[in-house]
Amino acid sequence: MAQEHQIRFLLNGEEKRIADVKATLTLLDYLRLDQRLTGSKEGCAEGDCGACTVLVGRLHQGQLHYETVNACIRFLASLNGCHIVTVEHLSGPEGRLHPVQQAMVDYHGSQCGFCTPGFVMSLYALWMGNPEPSMQQVETAIQGNLCRCTGYEPIVKAAMAVTQYGTPAHDHLTRERQAVTAQLIALQPKARITTGPEDDRAILPKDVADLAQVLAENPKATIVAGSTDVGLWVTKLMRPISPVVFITHLEELKSVALTDDALTIGAGVTYSESEAAIREAFPHLGEYWDRIAGWQVRNMGTIGGNIANGSPIGDTPPVLIALGAEVMLQSTRGTRILPLEDFFIDYGKQDREAGDFVAAIRIPRSQPGQIDAAYKISKRRDEDISSVAAGISVTITDGIVTAARLAFGGMAATPKRAAHAEAALVGQPFTAATFDAAAKALTQDFTPLSDWRASADYRITVTANLLRRFYLEQDSTQDAPVRLAIA
Amino acid sequence: MKDLNTTAEIKSAAHQDLKHDSAIKQVQGRADYTDDILEPAGTLHAYLGVSTVAHANIRGMDLSRVRSAPGVVDVLTADDIPGVNDVSPTGKHDEPVFPTEKVEFHGQPLFAVIAESRDAARRAAELADIDYEVLPHALDAISARDAGMPMVTDPLKLERGDVETGLAEAPHRVQGRVTVGGQDHMYLEGHIAFAIPGEDDDVIVHCSTQHPSEAQHMVSHVLGVPSNAVVVNVRRMGGGFGGKESQMNLFCAVAALGAKKLNRPVKIRPDRDQDMTATGKRHDFVIDYDLGFDGEGRIQAVDSQFAARCGYSSDLSGPVTDRALFHADNAYFYPHVRLTSCPQKTNTVSNTAFRGFGGPQGVVAAERMIEEIAYALGKDPLEVRKANFYGQPGDGRTLTPYHQEVEDNVIGRIVEELEESSDYQARRAAIIADNAKGGIIRRGIALTPVKFGISFTATWYNQAGALIHIYNDGSIHLNHGGTEMGQGLNTKVAQVVAEAFQVDFDRIKITKTTTEKVPNTSATAASSGSDLNGMAALDACEQIKTRLVKFAAESRGVAESAVSFGPNHIRIGDELVEFATFIREAYMARVHLSAAGFYKTPKIHWDRAAGKGRPFYYYAYGASCSEVAIDTLTGEYRVERTDILHDVGRSLNPILDKGQVEGAFIQGMGWLTTEELWWDDAGRLRTHAPSTYKIPLASDRPRSFNVKLADWSENREMTIKRSKAVGEPPFMLGISVLEALSMAVASVADYRECPRLEAPATPERVLMAVERLKAGG
Repeated sequence: MAQEHQIRFLLNGEEKRIADVKATLTLLDYLRLDQRLTGSKEGCAEGDCGACTVLVGRLHQGQLHYETVNACIRFLASLNGCHIVTVEHLSGPEGRLHPVQQAMVDYHGSQCGFCTPGFVMSLYALWMGNPEPSMQQVETAIQGNLCRCTGYEPIVKAAMAVTQYGTPAHDHLTRERQAVTAQLIALQPKARITTGPEDDRAILPKDVADLAQVLAENPKATIVAGSTDVGLWVTKLMRPISPVVFITHLEELKSVALTDDALTIGAGVTYSESEAAIREAFPHLGEYWDRIAGWQVRNMGTIGGNIANGSPIGDTPPVLIALGAEVMLQSTRGTRILPLEDFFIDYGKQDREAGDFVAAIRIPRSQPGQIDAAYKISKRRDEDISSVAAGISVTITDGIVTAARLAFGGMAATPKRAAHAEAALVGQPFTAATFDAAAKALTQDFTPLSDWRASADYRITVTANLLRRFYLEQDSTQDAPVRLAIA
Repeated sequence: MKDLNTTAEIKSAAHQDLKHDSAIKQVQGRADYTDDILEPAGTLHAYLGVSTVAHANIRGMDLSRVRSAPGVVDVLTADDIPGVNDVSPTGKHDEPVFPTEKVEFHGQPLFAVIAESRDAARRAAELADIDYEVLPHALDAISARDAGMPMVTDPLKLERGDVETGLAEAPHRVQGRVTVGGQDHMYLEGHIAFAIPGEDDDVIVHCSTQHPSEAQHMVSHVLGVPSNAVVVNVRRMGGGFGGKESQMNLFCAVAALGAKKLNRPVKIRPDRDQDMTATGKRHDFVIDYDLGFDGEGRIQAVDSQFAARCGYSSDLSGPVTDRALFHADNAYFYPHVRLTSCPQKTNTVSNTAFRGFGGPQGVVAAERMIEEIAYALGKDPLEVRKANFYGQPGDGRTLTPYHQEVEDNVIGRIVEELEESSDYQARRAAIIADNAKGGIIRRGIALTPVKFGISFTATWYNQAGALIHIYNDGSIHLNHGGTEMGQGLNTKVAQVVAEAFQVDFDRIKITKTTTEKVPNTSATAASSGSDLNGMAALDACEQIKTRLVKFAAESRGVAESAVSFGPNHIRIGDELVEFATFIREAYMARVHLSAAGFYKTPKIHWDRAAGKGRPFYYYAYGASCSEVAIDTLTGEYRVERTDILHDVGRSLNPILDKGQVEGAFIQGMGWLTTEELWWDDAGRLRTHAPSTYKIPLASDRPRSFNVKLADWSENREMTIKRSKAVGEPPFMLGISVLEALSMAVASVADYRECPRLEAPATPERVLMAVERLKAGG
């Protein structure tokens, strides 16, 4: 079979073709060490501080989209056919500042300045898509950017003022959109790409059928979608992961299909790409979705990856299990579908056979009488890993709980349903007493650990209280708010 | 002669709002940090190999697998140190570069790998085979004290009056304990040092440090060469906050050691995890108090002990724990007082300076005592605060526990104005009424004061130098001993110079801090940067101006009094000469156009053994009022509104000062809310990167945030342009958030009981306090 061996992309205004790209070469190391583009900084090498934020422009169904990513955990090989835009590309001719940069200067948005290029890039992406953001939209856009000096006030003010300095219509990425689109189309691979040395091999399958083939040939390969977790295996743990199979370029894994029955999301769909459909089909997940990591990570990370990874503290499994989601696994042997809760066998162990890859998630839509809620408890509200995550779906018929699916993360070695608490609900009247009984039953379901995120005691107490909150939110006699408002 | 506009003002003089001098470069990614400096060919990279146990005797170190790893050029151990194996900043010789006999904390550096790439060095550093004889360890101050571990340095006692009688005779008495957590600096740019060898013993070290002179002296100490062989440079830091006051010593020493041994440039940059595990943090404290007060809430006597987790060595723990005592009074007069410190050794990384330098922990203790009184008497804590404020000279309520008179007290006015502008009383009444409805969401409000002493308590540190050249084209080169870490020090000092010469800001080039230009500098710390370096720069300006005035007068045959500096010109009698033209003239006439300026803070003295003196030149004041809402089912919370009024004297640059106040408040709030350091039983820090250690985000800001500088304030002391220091004092404004959370928690038991909410008040601590109070304490 014909194969290609180069990674090709646009870096700012220049086309790059690189042979022998190591799978684990991060975009940030490539920028700083190979290209000496030192505007992007390394603050954490784990996608949590945003100092390395750059834009990646990529084609999706022929359309060019720019989004922020953390260069520190993004692998260069995954960017074949993309346009990488760094802070160095923003200033105009004669070094004239970009509207975002000028606003940051005028509002005193930089002190030590180390986080500043990352903020500039996040605000640039925000302005491109939403030139007149609300304060909350600004805060959401910079959830993935830490600043230790300013306290953020001047940065938020700058973000809200950018529109007074210029409009995206005059921005050079807008003006060059057609030309860049054409260039990127020309860079799309015609065949599988294999590159890098044997011990650090990157493989970009041609299509989904080829992905199955690659995995059949390399059953121990590491599948990488957004690299928001695998990136840390490399940057933090220095774990060998070769061969690496990159999948985010596969359009077939990018489908989002909403029908009357279900929402089906391809495994390559990022949190950001699925957001609109999630909000439409499952309004209770809207706020929850905004609290998954920061914007850069939501632009990279996929629901498929969040599931395949098997973490007990992933954000999506509990809420998807509560909704009765199914996972579709594919290989050269065919396709199999299983309830998501059955996919998680034990800590670090999933029901994924050799050659299997997660192809899609199917989430059935709520039935009449079904009430859904999703709660996340974390030390810091935004961009934090949950201490406890809860998905609650309860069906009420004539005042009686007729079905209940309660799933929790952070409470056991896997995302897990609370069988005893569910049993305490089903068949009982929809009352505070019923939920109190279910809350008490949780101690039979879970014996959580104490760690740096939360103590066992807190996990049990707060989980029980989340059941009480669920009831109170449905209780029409409550006139005072039962949870903190966001805005 | 050019037409000179003599009425125009110069651009960017002192007291004006002026952007940070590097802002334009920073937004473009063109401001260079140490890791951005071009590497000469042949540059090597170092990485530290660290211990995997908290306390052990080292039986043997087999580094053969490290040495044979791909790309490795050399491995540095204690045997490679030609000078002294020590980087302790206070000269106690208790902080080896690499220990040889004993490991004293998990993650302690034991050796360094030097390799062709950072990646190769980092991978190789994992391959050491160390034979440990594991010893029992104690991680926190109390268990270490109980285990009989020593203190890392001499404790301090501050005493005044008759504490025993004061306590015994007080109508009310409360005893309690408050624990206050530590804090990681989480500067966005981690530690880094880059050493380039030169001829003879010479080495140049570029690094990210608040204290270039100390780095220089430590490198010379470790290399066994005189200080004149070592140059340390720092153009800017990506944040410091105290974390780069002494903690870069090790990295500088290792880079220089490698560079001299191998005669190649060596750079060392730990990753974030190693930065957080191998370098010190803010000290956490356990503070026991015994408090006597009257029915009006007036404090009669305080007896309090401050135990701090210092880590395995002294580092700066002596002065840090001292400063906790210096601020254990916050803004309150204690008639009878005894404060003692316990700088406790522990098997953890050696804790260090962090914005406030122990002071904030002292202030939290003071505020806890205020709360105890308020809940015991059923009063508004603000009423108790006001009842205890220091007085004015002559009223018998101005003497601190360290026997310094408070002469410049403005806390009364600050608090009164803030109480009014924040509408505290009406909002508090509304909150109490709302909480009484018994909802899930409860609110709290608190208005807390800050008084913070300015000066290094190590009196000799209160000196500074500056070097100014005027080139014969009229351009000015400014250098001083302070370092730029984002606070805008360079901008402020340049404003002072612009004002002195009456020239536009653009005429002045701000240059990197280097030990070559100004020697024996103090750390840029203790909020002193502008106070010290601004004055030193002004001194240099005045020297040059004196020469210029003399020359001008002689050249035109007029009296010196007829010479003056106007906007970008010199007036000599009736003649106006453009600045650059005049400088050229002065050069041709062989006038010396360079000067080294110097400053030392007057009036201060401190006798530590006696616990008496005037350690502080003056005090800075401020107050903040915060309102919070908590969810009593989960402990989650949100800061609804914060109002701040802060005193910076006559601000050198109000917009930069406001930035300091806002940033410090958020950092202080983070310290007391979501920033939690967590060690596992083995002594391993598990909150070691931003994924696990949570500093505030934009969405954690108060939903309404109103920050004002007290524009009426002027320093009564002769500080630079009558301004006051701003770096640290506003950090403690964050305490209003902790106190407001505490009130919200207290509401679940109808304010009958002091919630004794511990810091950091994570959602978990808030919920657990709510549950405890609901269950009846």
